[in-house]
Amino acid sequence: MIATLAFASLRRHRARTALAVLGVAVSAAMLLDMVMLSTGMRESFRGLLLSQGFQLRLSPKGTLPFDTEATIRSADSIVALIRARPSVAAVSPVLGGQLHFPVGASTVTSTALGVDPSVQGDFELVAGRDPAAPDEIVANDATLRALGRSVGDTVRAAAGYDPQLRTLSGQRVLRIVGRVRFIYLALDQRAVALPIGTLRAMNGPASEGRASLAMVRVRTGVDVERERADLAAQLRMVTVISTSEALKQVDERLSYFRQLAVILGAVSLVVGFLLVTTLVTVSVNERIGEISVMRAIGVRRWRVVAQILLESSVLMLVASPIGLALGLVTARWLNSILASFPGLPERIDFFLFQPRAALTALGLLALSGVLAGLYPSWRGSSRPIAATLRQEAVG
Amino acid sequence: MSTIVEARGLVRDYRMGDEIVHALRGVSLAVHEREHVAIVGPSGCGKSTLLNLLGVIDQPTSGELSIAGERVDRLSDSRATEFRLRRIGFVFQRFYLMQALTARENVELPLAEAGMAGAERRERAVELLDYVGLRKRERHRPSQLSGGEQQRVAIARALANRPSLLLADEPTGELDARTGAEMIALFERLNDDGTTIVVVTHDEELARAARRVVHMRDGEIVG
Repeated sequence: MIATLAFASLRRHRARTALAVLGVAVSAAMLLDMVMLSTGMRESFRGLLLSQGFQLRLSPKGTLPFDTEATIRSADSIVALIRARPSVAAVSPVLGGQLHFPVGASTVTSTALGVDPSVQGDFELVAGRDPAAPDEIVANDATLRALGRSVGDTVRAAAGYDPQLRTLSGQRVLRIVGRVRFIYLALDQRAVALPIGTLRAMNGPASEGRASLAMVRVRTGVDVERERADLAAQLRMVTVISTSEALKQVDERLSYFRQLAVILGAVSLVVGFLLVTTLVTVSVNERIGEISVMRAIGVRRWRVVAQILLESSVLMLVASPIGLALGLVTARWLNSILASFPGLPERIDFFLFQPRAALTALGLLALSGVLAGLYPSWRGSSRPIAATLRQEAVG
Repeated sequence: MSTIVEARGLVRDYRMGDEIVHALRGVSLAVHEREHVAIVGPSGCGKSTLLNLLGVIDQPTSGELSIAGERVDRLSDSRATEFRLRRIGFVFQRFYLMQALTARENVELPLAEAGMAGAERRERAVELLDYVGLRKRERHRPSQLSGGEQQRVAIARALANRPSLLLADEPTGELDARTGAEMIALFERLNDDGTTIVVVTHDEELARAARRVVHMRDGEIVG
């Protein structure tokens, strides 16, 4: 009976109910987007770091990987030392740099990663094969486009370029053996990868034995943090960070994002709350005579309140899935805009849908909606019956 | 016959701004079982105020009121609600039916509140609608019923939980003469069938149908 009255009341003002549902849905969508934004980049970055299975990263002392152009001296001996540890499954040294490719009268410059192709974790092969021989190279689409080359072609590359004299140094002819996608680099960033020995040789004696970074994959069951501490104690010339530490760094750098998301999320929650409060207040005021009659014929106060709360709950229940869908669509759209910012890895998502977080957010909104209906419904059902009926009769 | 209503020295004051309005000035009244009492008097004399006190939807400023042997002048809200549900039937001038519900559902409302199961509730509601001559209109909503029909539904609703006392506030006030006459006949039949009725009215015909007429003026019973 109470349910019949609640649904009838919602049906009575269809346009108002529809607008309320829409308003709450927009509020829910915004809340959901903010929840997705607050965790999205962090989780996305975490996924990125763990995607190749490397849990530890070694970089020059006091730096983060690729934060500076500094390199690790005696990297080969460090790598050998780490590989000898029974707890370690693989070590992948990486040397960062640039390669210059003469194309006609101009030069195309590209980021270059010197890697150990057998254990590398920086790129995924799209076509062709990994660079195995010293004169082999792989490139991403942006580089291949700029060079006008494809897999199987050869290119002349140089490690050094003097723009004043327009002279190239450390030149090699390399064969493109694969088309790849770099995991940690931006989609539009020109990049190539080649054996680390080749890049060192092209750079000259200063690069001998050096690496910008070494990634370490520990064996299953090994305590990553303990391994990190052991390595840090053993290798004092490098900084050893684990994925969780890297995430902490990311968290610090993204704190503005999270604060913004929390503030906007709270605003959308308040908007949803106020919307339902307003709606329920209007609805109660409109039906105050009906409510007083119900009370006069013996309907208990809590049941009147329950009827009104049921109405606000139905609004929330209908609006939440709409809000969920709307939130996912807007998140996708916003993500495509934000992801197009230059310099971001292709796989970084700003908005990450996590069912549990989404359900928590929508549950919170639904709860706030129900609570929003509590006060006006209690107040409406507590009005003096005789006086209210008299006013209704006069009115 | 036992006494259903026993009111002693009922006073009801209202505050209107800085002024205190004395709506009832020490009303004493006894209504016996199966009685049909009409309370009449000019507007503002306190008739409806007295009816509200008898219906336990308002409380007196002072005085004592017992209905069906229970003191009701100082009941808590929840006990007053329970009392109204079980003991009082209310009929309003403007019918006040739930527009969203059908005639039968309107009658079922107090039955549901009293905890009666669905099938039994529907059976009782149909029986009551049959009693007031609206058996065939059970699925109609109030907006599809005439004023007289709506008032009949309201009476059926008021009788739902077999109240000790049926209270009616100007029940013919919104009806035309012919429908008003039908309503008077219905009240007479209700009383003949054993329902104790107190009706507040300006309608002389309705007052004449009562077995006892109580006259009020300026918040007091004058005859």
